[in-house]
Amino acid sequence: MTIIKRGFAALAAGALSTALAVPAFAEPVKFDFWFGLSGDLARVVDTLCKNFNASQSDYEVVCTSQGNYDATLQNTIAAFRAGKQPTVVQVYDVGTATMMLSGAYKPADKLMEENGYKIDYSDYFPGIARYYATSKGEMLSFPFNSSTALMYWNKDAFAKIGKTEAPKTWEDVGADLKALKDAGYDCPMAINISGNESWQLMEQFSAIHNQPIATKNNGYDGLDARLEMNKTKFVQYVTDLKKWYDDGLIKIKSKDLGQDMVQAFATGTCQVIMTSVGDHGTVGKTQKEGMNWDVAELPVYAGTERKNSLVGGASLWVLSGKSDAEYKGAAAFLNFIHDPKTALFWSTNTGYIPVTKSGFEYMKSSGFYDKAPYKGREVAIASLTASEPTEITRGIRLGNFTQIRAEFGTQMQAIFANKESVQDGIDALVKNGDAILDRFQQTYPNKTLP
Amino acid sequence: MEKRVTFGRWTIGILFAVPQLLLIFTFFYWPAGQAVYWSLTLQQPWGGGNIWVGLDNFRSILANADYWNSITASMIFAGISTGLAMIIALVLAALTDRQLAGSWLYRVVLIWPYGIAAPALALAFRFILAPEAGFMAAVNKFWPGFWDPGLNGADAMASVIIAFSWKYVGYNFIFFLAALQAIPRSLIEAAAMDGSGVVRRFWDIQFPLITPTIFFLLVINITESFQDSFGIVDIMTAGGPANATNLMVYKIYSDGFKGLDYSGAAAQSIILMLLIVLLTIVQFRFIERRVHYR
Repeated sequence: MTIIKRGFAALAAGALSTALAVPAFAEPVKFDFWFGLSGDLARVVDTLCKNFNASQSDYEVVCTSQGNYDATLQNTIAAFRAGKQPTVVQVYDVGTATMMLSGAYKPADKLMEENGYKIDYSDYFPGIARYYATSKGEMLSFPFNSSTALMYWNKDAFAKIGKTEAPKTWEDVGADLKALKDAGYDCPMAINISGNESWQLMEQFSAIHNQPIATKNNGYDGLDARLEMNKTKFVQYVTDLKKWYDDGLIKIKSKDLGQDMVQAFATGTCQVIMTSVGDHGTVGKTQKEGMNWDVAELPVYAGTERKNSLVGGASLWVLSGKSDAEYKGAAAFLNFIHDPKTALFWSTNTGYIPVTKSGFEYMKSSGFYDKAPYKGREVAIASLTASEPTEITRGIRLGNFTQIRAEFGTQMQAIFANKESVQDGIDALVKNGDAILDRFQQTYPNKTLP
Repeated sequence: MEKRVTFGRWTIGILFAVPQLLLIFTFFYWPAGQAVYWSLTLQQPWGGGNIWVGLDNFRSILANADYWNSITASMIFAGISTGLAMIIALVLAALTDRQLAGSWLYRVVLIWPYGIAAPALALAFRFILAPEAGFMAAVNKFWPGFWDPGLNGADAMASVIIAFSWKYVGYNFIFFLAALQAIPRSLIEAAAMDGSGVVRRFWDIQFPLITPTIFFLLVINITESFQDSFGIVDIMTAGGPANATNLMVYKIYSDGFKGLDYSGAAAQSIILMLLIVLLTIVQFRFIERRVHYR
């Protein structure tokens, strides 16, 4: 008995001494940040967190990868329902409408104001800011990792058909792919038609052509918006893609089939792909020795006045129900991420673009875009800022959009497998997608988007 | 003379049972009850307002063509994969049950597949069955367009069936072998002395004696094919192409977790549970009668 008693006494003494030691060093306020990036990108985020913690002594951010965007949102919801949510969470672009109606966040602009940070919101590229802002322009979350889609093209292959420039119109694309095929290239262009590719094939295409995805200005003006891409230029686009696929000018590449688009391009198997600027680094690191390639803006149909492309990626949300001290830390963290120097670190190590004009200018002035591995990434900024955002190109604000994307994949597969005609497939996408939107609206009766 | 072991108080018995009851309640009855409640409401993902909708979730699911397609796919999957896994395992078990030198080695090799986690297994088969690499690429070169699980629904279904059956062959094999080894050698030796061949002995003696095992495995295999197929489908086909492999359990996952439609997913899992209960009852009523117990 005495031994146990002595043990307890020692423990108590230990606890007391630590408790006494605390005020002397002022333990930093800890808060959680959950994010969805993994692998190489997760390591960059970890470094970012370390840099923040080293930059000051008042706060300590604890950064935890949840594996991917879906899991991050699922885990955050589960944690929120249990009252154990992180302070800051990274939510992907298509989760924006869901987040806005959740009632589970603290508006980012309010948070910054309350904690004495003055952020110039006009510094954000408008196409990026408006995706995450309310219809009145209040920033509910902070853009973090942003990207847009580009066309990657193999200069060597195009040289063989006497071209020194990437095709600018879809009409040219058709002719070039044919020429590449005739020149002996087995896979002139690769696409993927899974749900996630909706981002490039449907959303980016619609934006730069100023074509709506849904009524009510892509959902910004109400939860009763319904899909309408079965009546837009999108139908023509899918018809062309399908025809080129049938003619052997386009191959479908995906991980499930053994090789994804990016690998197919980097190894020189396929000559053209459309993918995120975020893959710019990967192509550079994994490309075939000596291959010459470049990136260009996505093509438009002849006679189209190009509009800005949509931002992809994710933003940082601050969740409700945390202490003032944690909010102070979160505000300091967001301010740190907003800093142009952080933007340079982030973009150098990932491929994501800077989200603010000052960040972009800072990177330009530091000569970032002149250096070999990063050259071409400025095209993404040009694409995102091709025009002032219109009612349609400022973004997409539809509930349960993940499910709509999944439906996109399903119908594209049915079209490409000749189970449905192009028009029937897109009509089915609209019909099933509308049912998904209906359900979202029923789940949130009497609520409107902020 | 009191010979029975008696406890001072009957409450002690209850006390011993409590942890078990608590576990069952926490991990089965409570979540199941929660699922029933969710299936009758529209749940807002972040909590807060839950709207009572009665049977609306069930109505909208049963009116959805995709859901019926998912039921059909699950039935096809369950039927073919269970059949394959059981027949192949039985043949292999019958072969290794013979007095052969080194048959322990076959046994070990055949038991292994069951020990592999579904995701690892699915990943391996994704590579093995990829149309542009390995064996199938060679077949495709010889016969263009023969194998295309990316767009051809039947090929995709075949892929997941192959992976699932491969795993359960190992599982079934253990049981079949144990059952075959439990048959007294004297029975088989007597038949052999009477001059009956290997096949005859199998059908007349061994097969009837292992029918309880066959029945047990049938129930387990069918149930598992409805529930355990999730990991394989997620990694190999993600339900595609065009919903061809969107099995019921996978649809529950993608609607509930990816789509955040908790209520719709809850309603689907209730239907799945009822379906499995129904299938098990049918099996016990109609097949068990033919089973020979010793």
